[in-house]
Amino acid sequence: MHRRFVASAARNKKTSHSAPGPCVKIIAMSELFKVTIDNITIEVPAGTTILQAARKIGGEVAPPAMCYYSKLKGSGGKCRTCLVEVSKGSEKDPRPMPKLVASCRTTVMDGMEVKNITSEKVIDARAGVVEFLLLNHPLDCPICDQAGECHLQDLSYEHGKEGTRFEFQKRTFHKHDLGPYIQLHMTRCILCYRCVFTADQLTNKRVHGVLSRGDHAEIATYIEKSLDNDFIGNVIDVCPVGALTDKTFRFKNRVWFTKPVDAHRDCDKCCGEVQLWMRGDEVFRVTARKDEWGEIKDSSKGSTGWICNECRFEKKFASDWTIEGPTQVNRHSVISQGHYVGLKKPNETFEKVMNGREPRLFMDIHSVSEVNKPEIQLSLIHGPAHSDDFKENNKD
Amino acid sequence: MAVKLLLEKAHVEGIRTYDVYRREGGYRAVEKALKSMSPEAIVEEVKKSGLRGRGGAGFPTGMKWSFIAKPEGVPRHLVCNADESEPGTFKDRYLMEFIPHLLIEGLIISSFALGSNATYIYIRGEYAWIPDILEQAIAEAKANGWLGKNILGTGFDCEIYVQRGAGAYICGEETALIESLEGKRGNPRIKPPFPAVKGVWDRPTVVNNVETLAAVVPIINLTGEEYAKIGVGRSTGTKLISACGNINKPGVYEIDMTISVEEFIYSDEYCGGIANGKRLKACIPGGSSVPILPANLLFKTAKGETRYMNYESLSDGGFATGSMMGSGGFIVLDEDQCVVKHTYTLARFYRHESCGQCSPCREGTGWMEKILKNIDTGKGKMSDIDLLWDIQRKIEGNTICPLGDAAAWPVAAAIRHFRDEFEWHVLNPEESQVRNFGLAHYADAREVVA
Ligand SMILES: Cc1cc2nc3c(=O)[nH]c(=O)nc-3n(C[C@H](O)[C@H](O)[C@H](O)COP(=O)(O)O)c2cc1C
Ligand code: SF4
Ligand code: SF4
Ligand code: FES
Repeated sequence: MHRRFVASAARNKKTSHSAPGPCVKIIAMSELFKVTIDNITIEVPAGTTILQAARKIGGEVAPPAMCYYSKLKGSGGKCRTCLVEVSKGSEKDPRPMPKLVASCRTTVMDGMEVKNITSEKVIDARAGVVEFLLLNHPLDCPICDQAGECHLQDLSYEHGKEGTRFEFQKRTFHKHDLGPYIQLHMTRCILCYRCVFTADQLTNKRVHGVLSRGDHAEIATYIEKSLDNDFIGNVIDVCPVGALTDKTFRFKNRVWFTKPVDAHRDCDKCCGEVQLWMRGDEVFRVTARKDEWGEIKDSSKGSTGWICNECRFEKKFASDWTIEGPTQVNRHSVISQGHYVGLKKPNETFEKVMNGREPRLFMDIHSVSEVNKPEIQLSLIHGPAHSDDFKENNKD
Repeated sequence: MAVKLLLEKAHVEGIRTYDVYRREGGYRAVEKALKSMSPEAIVEEVKKSGLRGRGGAGFPTGMKWSFIAKPEGVPRHLVCNADESEPGTFKDRYLMEFIPHLLIEGLIISSFALGSNATYIYIRGEYAWIPDILEQAIAEAKANGWLGKNILGTGFDCEIYVQRGAGAYICGEETALIESLEGKRGNPRIKPPFPAVKGVWDRPTVVNNVETLAAVVPIINLTGEEYAKIGVGRSTGTKLISACGNINKPGVYEIDMTISVEEFIYSDEYCGGIANGKRLKACIPGGSSVPILPANLLFKTAKGETRYMNYESLSDGGFATGSMMGSGGFIVLDEDQCVVKHTYTLARFYRHESCGQCSPCREGTGWMEKILKNIDTGKGKMSDIDLLWDIQRKIEGNTICPLGDAAAWPVAAAIRHFRDEFEWHVLNPEESQVRNFGLAHYADAREVVA
């Protein structure tokens, strides 16, 4: 296990005085490692985590991640939903890893083989984690503002089991207002620590953290201090559940009745690039722009597109914004309605990828259907596929 | 009479003071190590001794030391883990309280071997009176030139600082300890990186148990080779065992690891037999986290061989029929003890001590506690027993730190070996509130034979 102690990069420091001679091979970050996840092989730069590699493949192969957030340093490792089985450590040391590992915090090795949904152990452990996460969760989705864009909902749908075996009273907390804009309802919190990292990394005076231990631990702003910082509103965007919500939006509408549009304004505090959640001409909510993994996207200037409180809470008129057009939505959202984009098509054959596994949809259109046209890019079809899509265009 | 390497002088009048400790041969090992040995030679000696970590996991100490990264210009640290909070374990307290200079001596040698100029003792908050004893010993050592600048003219500088914990079991886990030492919330870190690469303030760090570091003193005095001759197999040297529960003579015993479990419990030199003429029901041989063993598996392994008080023999049979040496907290249960209540008590402890970072441990420990409470108070269902089994299975191996495993194992072992007692509780909800299940078929192997 202690193989990983050996640091490789530092040794080849190149100085300006280096004499001309045989070229020293610099082990740069661009070195590519081959990794196979659920029978699909891709190449990723050294230092990539299993989770990031799996996200490059996309679809079901990407493990669910409730605590990891690529834009937050130090996040991940906590929720354990992303556990995977490493069935082969690397080309050099093919031994499997003895335990399931958190894919968000484990980096790939060259020749590594990983099983996610192809591993019984993973499916079993993940169902366990979902059960644990829901144990004390109120499941009050019908009255929760996060419903429709809640990662815990998606997670339980995709990886959980029906019914509960927990026959005790659930843990509850009172709701707290964290300043004028944010409400904390700890009862729904899954202690992913994302908001703690956000408060720590975006604001200069953190008064937001975790108090107590174990299942009585709670997110708190020490002694009910309000959070007054220009960027603190971002904790709402990173929260995977409905524990931190926007008080200016609470109960005004259901997310699936609102329509997300991309918009921007000149802001001297942040990038000013946002998503407006509108109904008709009315702006119900302003959030940062998110990618298909629910994470805040990079802004056009390249850095993470965190937005300031003013943009988020105070600019609620369409006239405050320059509207760019409808947001491309995908994957985890009831508003997506099948508009999946960005799926990567494996090079392997369908048989090899499935390796005896039953497909989730019990129809393999590639071999059964008469629309067996491998040249068609399913991911480019807008909306639910229709037979017409196979006849015309889409010959990319 | 067994060999004693650590506690031999612990009861000499005044041994807590520097003068007596020195008169009795103390600090000879520091002299030898710093004057005649290189740091590498000390690490080599510790490797040869076969010393294994006494904090619970039993990882070979010499090997651990050789893993420490040595990047240019980055300070390294040694941290002594004195957080001793595992229920049933109180050997480090004894050592620190009675013969504190032994630990200080071990710390100086180990700091020299690892190149640590600032060494920390992280001590559990509830040991409120011991930091004073340690600080006194440190001050005396310093006044006599064993600590401070340029020790013994070798150019080696070393200071030892005592840091008190605030009373959390989890801060005994080495990375939680490091966080706490840095002044943060004691959450275990996600590994890798391991402390040997990034420990305290991201500097290479070795964390060792009190007893491990004290054992370095006899290793240097005797040489590693001679130390390795004591004991048996990969269980070299001596081990402190803190014995408690229903025995005649609870206390801390230094054993060489060749004696049998039976001798340890029944001999007058050690536990002195079961108290009040009762019979033995079960035993947790290595602190609350290790699997409980019923009497019939305690003295003899499943293969029918004698079980000894050492790493290999105690774990013979794996978790199916064996247990672990753990931290040496030896808890004995007599026929009047209820395994269900006992398991519930432990579950309550782990639930309370979970740091709450990872979902299986945070939620699973609380769930197990609730179910066990129900069974204990006569409100349990048959299906609860299988449910408990399933919950512990889903915690084990899926958490950030071993506390999750430590919470799962006692429950698993109790159900594995005492399932009928759990079932009896469910089937006899009223009777179970007024009397104990008793021994059943777990009778002491000695009586079965007799
Ligand atoms: C929850 C938990 C609590 C622990 N408590 C202690 C402790 O109180 N003292 C200790 O020496 N080791 C404790 N350990 C083990 C340490 O993490 C670490 O392995 C040990 O200090 C290494 O020292 P050693 O190699 O000398 O045994 C604990 C581990 C866990 C997971
Ligand atoms: S409040 Fe939300 S973001 Fe913060 S820890 Fe809880 S679930 Fe995570
Ligand atoms: S296993 Fe328990 S104690 Fe350890 S990190 Fe996870 S929640 Fe904390
Ligand atoms: S996303 Fe990896 S552990 Fe939470």
